[in-house]
Amino acid sequence: MGFLPFVFPLAELEVGQHLYWQIGNFRIHGQVFMTSWLLIGALLALVVIGTKKMERDPKGVQNLLEFLWDYIRDLARTQIGEKVYRDWMPFIGTLFLFIFVSNWGGALVPWKLIELPSGELGAPTADINTTVALALLVSLSYFYAGLSNKGLRYFEYYVHPTPIMLPFKIVEDFTKPLSLSFRLFGNILADELVVAVLVFLVPLVLPVPVMFLGLFTSAIQALIFATLAAYYIGEAVEEHH
Amino acid sequence: MPTLFLFGASEGGLFDFDATLPLMAVQVVLLTFILNALFFKPVGQVVEEREDYVNTSRAEAKKKIAEVEKLETELKDQLKEARLEAQKVILEAENDSENLYKEALALATSEANASREKARLEIDSQRDEALNQLKSEADNLGDLIIERLLAKK
Repeated sequence: MGFLPFVFPLAELEVGQHLYWQIGNFRIHGQVFMTSWLLIGALLALVVIGTKKMERDPKGVQNLLEFLWDYIRDLARTQIGEKVYRDWMPFIGTLFLFIFVSNWGGALVPWKLIELPSGELGAPTADINTTVALALLVSLSYFYAGLSNKGLRYFEYYVHPTPIMLPFKIVEDFTKPLSLSFRLFGNILADELVVAVLVFLVPLVLPVPVMFLGLFTSAIQALIFATLAAYYIGEAVEEHH
Repeated sequence: MPTLFLFGASEGGLFDFDATLPLMAVQVVLLTFILNALFFKPVGQVVEEREDYVNTSRAEAKKKIAEVEKLETELKDQLKEARLEAQKVILEAENDSENLYKEALALATSEANASREKARLEIDSQRDEALNQLKSEADNLGDLIIERLLAKK
């Protein structure tokens, strides 16, 4: 960071440092899994509490879960279509919930209070591995959705409406996961960095609106990711005439 | 070399791909199945059951309303008919009573007339009788007077 007029000890933000866990020959980012397990645990706890005693007149957490369910159903139904949205609703919903919980968990939980030997805890979606994993899952699922629904006729999509589209559609298969993963990764990481830098520079008041903006972006990013995933699946299962 | 450090050197960096990626993918797939079993299926069941319940209840309520409306119109018709009939009955009864009254009046008048006529006839006959009697008595008396006058002489 020598090119900046004055040098911040940016190392305090610990950008790009990870807590490595060695499993056999593989190394994984421990901080990502620690936060993701905690957040998944919280999500599952909420789900278990809310579905423990479900009634026809919903009470308490059941209301929240039903609202979420309805929201996800509407999202999946409008993007994927009436015919097959049921098969893909759990996947879309899991993407939405996981990303949402990760983003908000990263922004709301004061992870910085926990000292790690290396790296720091934060949103699991601020790690490129997580977002690429999610984006590749989306790619796999829309291929699977297209092939399982239409068989080899799925590839008609590549020459629809004219064969001129073929190279663009092939390029799209690469740009879709790329844009999905980088959009999420960039937004969440940038939000964390902006908040960290602002806290570092002006520790009072000023970071608060940026934090709220961060919460807003986090929610929007979860929605965008889930909506785009559903849209890609819907595009793959759509019947052309 | 902070720039190198940020963008993926041998150790660390923002774009440090390793086994985190496949493991995270497996974790998300597992989470999908778990959430499907714990969240999407049971909540979906409850919501859809409720939607069914609401729909059937609404349909039933509509059917009942239609039935009630039908019954209401039927009852209104019946009421109208009953009212018309009642009016008819009242009118008939009024006519009847009037007729009866007229009949009774006519009967009474004719009876009264008859009895008056009879009385008049009786009176007439009695007067005639009485006159005849008087006449005959007067004749007798006249005869007697004449006899007595003739005998004195």
